[in-house]
Amino acid sequence: MKASTLSDAALPIAIRDLTKRYGPVYALNAVDLDVHSGEFLTLLGPSGSGKTTLLMAIAGFNRPDSGSIKFGAEEVILKPPHKRDVGMVFQSYALFPQMSVADNIGFPLKLRGVGAPERAARVEEALETVQLGGFGARGIDQLSGGQRQRVALARAFVFGPRILLMDEPLSALDKKLRERMQIELKHLHRKLGVTTVYVTHDQREALTMSDRIAVINDGQLVQLDAPEVIYNAPANAFVADFIGESTMLPLTRGASGLMYRDQKIAETRDGESWSLVVRPERLFFAAQDAQSDDNTIVLRGTLRETVFQGESEMALVALDNGIELAFRFGTGATTNSTGGGLGEQVAVGLNRKDVIIIPGETT
Amino acid sequence: MASAANETELRRQHRREQLSILSLVIPALVVVGLIILIPLSWLFYLSFLGDDGGFSLENYLKMTQYKSYYRIFITTFQVSILTTMICIALGYPLAFFLAQLPPRWAGVFMLAVLLPFWTSLLVRTYAWLVLLQRKGIINEFAMDMGFWEKPLKLVHNMTGTLIGMAHIMLPFLILPLYNAMRKIDRDMMHAAANLGANPVRAFWAVYFPLSLPGMVAGSLIVFVLCLGFYVTPAVLGGGRVIMVSNQITAILENQFDWGAASALGVVLLVATVLCLFLAARFFKLDAALFGRD
Repeated sequence: MKASTLSDAALPIAIRDLTKRYGPVYALNAVDLDVHSGEFLTLLGPSGSGKTTLLMAIAGFNRPDSGSIKFGAEEVILKPPHKRDVGMVFQSYALFPQMSVADNIGFPLKLRGVGAPERAARVEEALETVQLGGFGARGIDQLSGGQRQRVALARAFVFGPRILLMDEPLSALDKKLRERMQIELKHLHRKLGVTTVYVTHDQREALTMSDRIAVINDGQLVQLDAPEVIYNAPANAFVADFIGESTMLPLTRGASGLMYRDQKIAETRDGESWSLVVRPERLFFAAQDAQSDDNTIVLRGTLRETVFQGESEMALVALDNGIELAFRFGTGATTNSTGGGLGEQVAVGLNRKDVIIIPGETT
Repeated sequence: MASAANETELRRQHRREQLSILSLVIPALVVVGLIILIPLSWLFYLSFLGDDGGFSLENYLKMTQYKSYYRIFITTFQVSILTTMICIALGYPLAFFLAQLPPRWAGVFMLAVLLPFWTSLLVRTYAWLVLLQRKGIINEFAMDMGFWEKPLKLVHNMTGTLIGMAHIMLPFLILPLYNAMRKIDRDMMHAAANLGANPVRAFWAVYFPLSLPGMVAGSLIVFVLCLGFYVTPAVLGGGRVIMVSNQITAILENQFDWGAASALGVVLLVATVLCLFLAARFFKLDAALFGRD
C-alpha cells in the first residue's frame, strides 16, 4: 500500500460516461465530470437527482452499469471500496458505537498497520484539528451532534486520503451550528488541500463552500461552474430556479431584439425561446414616472404584499400580465420607496447589467 | 384557603389519571398471583416436607446421595448448551441473510421460519420421529443414494433430541437476532469498507459486535427454554436422554413422591434464575432483551 500522508498531492478525479440505471430510471445518465486536484467541488441537486448515486459510485458502494472513474491515472471502477483509499463523511456519521472516539478515528490507521504509539499521536493530532483535543476516551453516545460530526470528519482524513467525500454531512445539525461548520469545513479543506467532493441539496451551502458547483438533475450534469457563474449566468431555467430566488419573464423575438412585452431587453440570439431571470435583490424601487432607458429597465405593477424578514423585506409585485415579481430590499432602504401602499401601482427598476437571459420557456 | 388557581382540582385530576393507568395492570397481577406465585410457594413448601410431615431437607439430601441426579443435571445443561450452539450456528447465517434482503422478501422468508412455529409442538416432534427412525425417510433415502450402508441411529438418543430441539428453538433465536441486525445502519458497513476494512474484517470489527446483543438475547431465551423442556427429549430421546423435567415426571409416575419432585423443580428454577442473573451481569441483559441503547 502506498504511504499516504497529509503532504501528498491531492488526486484529480475523472469520470467518463458513467451510467447507472434502476429499472427504467437513469440515476446517472452518461455523466462526464472532472474534479480538479485539490478543489472543493459540490454536487448540487434536488433529492432523487442522482447526486448521491454519483458520490456512492466514486466511493465504490454501488456498481454502475458502465463508464469510467479514474483517481489520477488509475482506473478504480472495478476496485472494491476498501481498496479505494478515499475518506468519507456520512450523513448519519456512521460512527461505530461500540468503539471509543479514539478507536473510531484510529480504526483506519489500525487497518493500515500503524503501530499503537504513532496511532495515538495521529488520532490526537486529528482530534486537535477538529477542536476536540482530549476527547479520545469518550464513548460515541457521550457526544453531541456537532461533536459526532467532527469525529466523523477526523476519522475520514486521519489516514491521509487524497480524496475526501462528504454526503450531506451537515444536514442533521441546527442552522447556527451548520453555518459555523460550513466555515470550518472550508478552513479544513484549505489546510489539508485534499480533493473534496461534497453532496448537498442546499444551494446556499453549495454557494458558500464550493470552488465549483456541479448542478445535477435527472441523472445528468446540468452545469459545472464557479458559484458566481452558476448564480449570475445560469445555464437554463432549472439552474436559475434551483439556485437563489428568481422570477422568470418570457421574452419574445421582436424586430430590434429580445423583447419583454414592448421593451427591448437584449440583442437577438439564436434559439427558439428565451426568458429573463430577475433576482429579487437586484431590483429597486424606481420613481413613479421613471421610464426605461439605456441603463435601466422599468417594470410596473401592483404591490401585493410586503413581508418583513429581519435583515431584509420581501415585496411581491403583480405585473400587468399576472406574473408576480419577487423583490427584496434592505429594511433600512425603504426611504426610496415611492410610498406605494398595498394595492397601489409601483415602478420597479432593474439595471441592464443585471439582466440574465436563459434559453427556454418559463414554466 | 388561598391556594393557587385550580391547584387542588388539577392535582386530583393528575392522580386520578395515574390510578386509572395503574388499574390496567390488575388483571395481570391477579393471574401472576394465582397461577404462578401460589403454586410456586406450594412447590417450595412441599420440597421441604419430610416423610414425617415436618420440616426436613431430606429431599435435597437425596439429590446429593444418588449419582443419577448428578447425571440428570449434566444432561440437562449439556442438551441446553448444545441446542443453543446449534441454533446459533444455523440461525446466525440465516438471520444475516434475511437482514440483507429487501424487507418485503425478508417477510416471505421469515414466514418460512415462523410457519413451523405455529404448528403444534407435539406434531413437529412426532414428525421428526417419522423422519429419523430406522426405516424413516432420511435413512431410506440415504441408503438408496448410497450415503451409508446400514440405517443410522438418528433417534431415541442424543442426536434425535438435539435435532428436534434445535428445530423447535430456532425461531426463538432468529427473531431477536434478525431484529438487532435490521437495526444496523447500512452506512456502518460502508464506513468500515471505506476506511479500508475488507468484508471479513468489517464483519468482525463492526457488524458482529452490533448484532451481539440480539444474539445474546436469543441464545438466553433458547437456553432457558431448553432447561425446562419436556416433550422433545421424552419422545425423541427414547428414555436415553433424561432431563430434569423428564425425571420429575418419572418420580411422580413411579413413586408418587411429591416432595422429591418439588425439590428437583426448585433446584431447576434456582439454576435457571442463576443463569439469567449471571448473563445479566456479563451482557447487560436489559439492553439485549428490551433493545434499549
